[in-house]
Amino acid sequence: MSSPLAALFLREWRVARRIGGSGAMGVVFFLTLVAIVPFAVGPDPNLLARIGPAILWIAALLATLLCLDRLFQADAEDGSLDLFHLSETPLELAVLVKCAAHWAATGLPLVIAAPFLALMLQQEAMALLGVVATLLVGTPALTLIGAIGAAATVTVRRGGLLMALLVLPLTIPVLIFGVSAAEAASGGAVPFYAPFAILCAITLAALALCPFAAAAALRYLGE
Amino acid sequence: MSIDVPGPVEPPVPPPVDGALRLCVDNLGVLRGGRRVLDHLSFSLSAGQALIVTGPNGAGKSTLLRALAGLLPRAGGSIALEGGPPDVELPQQAHYLAHSDGMKAALSVEENLEFWSRYLAQEPDRRSRTVGAALGVVGLSHVAGASFGVLSAGQKRRAALARLLVAFRPLWLLDEPLTALDRASREKFALAMRDHCALGGLIVAATHEPLGLNEAKELALGSAG
Repeated sequence: MSSPLAALFLREWRVARRIGGSGAMGVVFFLTLVAIVPFAVGPDPNLLARIGPAILWIAALLATLLCLDRLFQADAEDGSLDLFHLSETPLELAVLVKCAAHWAATGLPLVIAAPFLALMLQQEAMALLGVVATLLVGTPALTLIGAIGAAATVTVRRGGLLMALLVLPLTIPVLIFGVSAAEAASGGAVPFYAPFAILCAITLAALALCPFAAAAALRYLGE
Repeated sequence: MSIDVPGPVEPPVPPPVDGALRLCVDNLGVLRGGRRVLDHLSFSLSAGQALIVTGPNGAGKSTLLRALAGLLPRAGGSIALEGGPPDVELPQQAHYLAHSDGMKAALSVEENLEFWSRYLAQEPDRRSRTVGAALGVVGLSHVAGASFGVLSAGQKRRAALARLLVAFRPLWLLDEPLTALDRASREKFALAMRDHCALGGLIVAATHEPLGLNEAKELALGSAG
């Protein structure tokens, strides 16, 4: 990683970790969401064990979206976005590095917290490993797809809800293959590797395409 | 799809002589919201010169600076910085300072400037100052470790001006650079601008107030109409 991109990663990481940043908020929201589900569906251990992976995945999706709406808006408001246009570093790479720092600050804590919450939801050892592995592979895709929505709503005041409406349909494939791989890990008709490989493929495709889409949206809206 | 922001036209014979930069704006037109804000605007500026853009509110001063920085597409005409390295586009040789500072409130002044010096200076240039030296020039050394968010409006402005110094770029595009500055800071900044011109830099500044540059050219834009 060259020096300008390393500097950008460090800046984003610091902003996310400081007070008022999105780092801690996401994981607390994730914890709260998972904790309230048993109150709604009832404390039946068999039911919780069956729907556990789905609960964790939906909570991770919502926690990721909650933190993403300020990804580019904060830079647009304080003028940093204009200066990114003036740098020799391509905007696509800046978007990619911002997503990487954002994932490291908000997505990775979700993955680390997931095994403990999975225990709360009566997950067995294999199912627990399956959920953690799928979240580790799948949450970067959620961040990257969300970045398109964050870029498209960068000029909309309070665009968080609009961003969620734009992004949620795009995340359906990630959700389908994430949950099915996590459920397959604890046994079932489908082998674990088939949906897991597709989940990996979705993340790699998002890695290749989303920075271009988000940067194009930022360029178009920047004028 | 992205709208192609037109880059500057490279000179046919690039003479990469230091200090021989020349900003040529020819027949520039810029649309904003379907309205032609600038039309048939031409001027040129040599290395070491400053241009003060004046005019009433809505005359297109900020639009001109944003177009020069490549942040607005041109509706016609050309903008070129002649005499620079042939493979570097104009926006990458320019500093753009507008009403917003480009600084994160959660980070310290030093961390903010450290970031911009690494992000905007592509290769080390002896004319770039260190973060500590730049803070000394604008008189902010005593708050280097403080969060940017707790500074006063004038101190924030001075930190933003320090950004121009930590990464040397020949063309400064300044939109109301003196906002919120006290008299002593204005004099310090006038000195920094004269230093920049002496190093072969160019300045285009939109302002309502005298900048303290005696030999500056002036461009008066018409009323909004």
